[in-house]
Amino acid sequence: MNELRAPGTLSAAWLLARKDLAIEFRTRTAFFSALVFAILALCIFYFAWDQSIVAPSELAPGVLWVVLTFSALLGLQRSFGLEEHDRGIDALLVSPVSRESIYLGKAIGNLLFLSAIQAVTIPALALFYNLPVGRPLLVVTGIVLLAMIGIVAVGTLFSAMAVNTRMAELLLPMLSLPFFVPILMSAAQIATRTLAGRPMSESAPYLKILIAFDVVFVVACTLAFPFTLEE
Amino acid sequence: MTAPFRGTTPQQRDPQALVAKPIFDWFFAFAVVAVIVLYVRALAFTPPDALQGLAQKIYYVHIAAWLGAYTAIGITALMSIVYLWLHDERADRLGEASAEVGLVFLTVGLTTGTIWAHRIWGAWWVWWDMRLTLTLFLWFIVAAYLVLRGGIEDPGMRGRYSAVLAVLAALLIPFIHLSVYLFSARLHPMPVALQPGRPKMSPEMLTTFLGSFVAFIILCIALIRARYRLGVLRDIASAAEIDGDAR
Repeated sequence: MNELRAPGTLSAAWLLARKDLAIEFRTRTAFFSALVFAILALCIFYFAWDQSIVAPSELAPGVLWVVLTFSALLGLQRSFGLEEHDRGIDALLVSPVSRESIYLGKAIGNLLFLSAIQAVTIPALALFYNLPVGRPLLVVTGIVLLAMIGIVAVGTLFSAMAVNTRMAELLLPMLSLPFFVPILMSAAQIATRTLAGRPMSESAPYLKILIAFDVVFVVACTLAFPFTLEE
Repeated sequence: MTAPFRGTTPQQRDPQALVAKPIFDWFFAFAVVAVIVLYVRALAFTPPDALQGLAQKIYYVHIAAWLGAYTAIGITALMSIVYLWLHDERADRLGEASAEVGLVFLTVGLTTGTIWAHRIWGAWWVWWDMRLTLTLFLWFIVAAYLVLRGGIEDPGMRGRYSAVLAVLAALLIPFIHLSVYLFSARLHPMPVALQPGRPKMSPEMLTTFLGSFVAFIILCIALIRARYRLGVLRDIASAAEIDGDAR
């Protein structure tokens, strides 16, 4: 007799993330639309300011966070929408994995999905806005990753809630954006300082907020997620 | 699948009679009178501020409205925790009622605040004032809470989702507070009435000021009570509807 065992929380989460990414990899629709949206937005925002007054390189950090936020919302929207079509969520619920691992799996899938988009968007930003390629840009990439952990933690939970409501597309931004405020405030401060060549020590308090937010909300949302499922 | 809720079982009462019966809310009437008395006192019998002149009179609405808003939102947060813990519908209904009242008081606070700021700070809006920014986002979160409730039909799911949102929002507030605090000028006047030592206020002003707190707390409770009763009626009506459909 084969030994069948339910996987542990983290390995189950990884399996679920792989499932989502496999679906994404085979269809590629969401990825390409989110990517094209992000790069299109980069280009559109270039014309939103008068370049003779504000230098593009000063504009870049702001544009980065706007584009990041909205492409993240696009990606998050699809996360639980995917399960809704054929009531895939029911299959997940009867499977022998804990509800926490469903959340973590979705969150890891979303994080990787969004990272892939940012992996193209940040170089595109550097290209279109004439940013110097070097250490500051690398630091900003790290900050983007930290910001994304917080965004995904909150966004995945709200995505699970929003799909069950009457106006999912509207509700997700409405629920998530207030929660992104501390992330965006601190991340934007760090990015602006770093790109202006200021020492990292100046950004330390913002970095602490960012990391604390990630830790607190990854834990809180993991614990809150089971409440959002049918009992 | 509405679980019967304690206190008001739909079977015990005729929903038609209950909805049709006009209610005169004495407590609410008392609250309105208290607010009117307070404003007559504030406008006619309290001296104007030495520095700010008549603009300072808005304090009697503004700060009292904040007190009402924080009371209401505090109740919502508390009731959300109680709901997640005990799954009692009354907690959910009280949370909803307080959130709605809280939103009204927040709106009053923000509106009166901008009017005052225009006169005294010389600008309608100052982003880097901590309390202003914090409150604005609080307003957005309470609004999202109510919109979320409006978008869900199943009462159990509505209760759970909105409670989860409220609890997470309670965690979020310190973060917004901290991030605004880090790069903010504190333009708001520091507390005058409740500071240690003797308040730097004339006794008439202090009485009016504390009176406005009392009046607004009463108004806040009266509004929450009225809104709670409306929630009970709504639930009875929808339970009766489901009942009727089943037959």
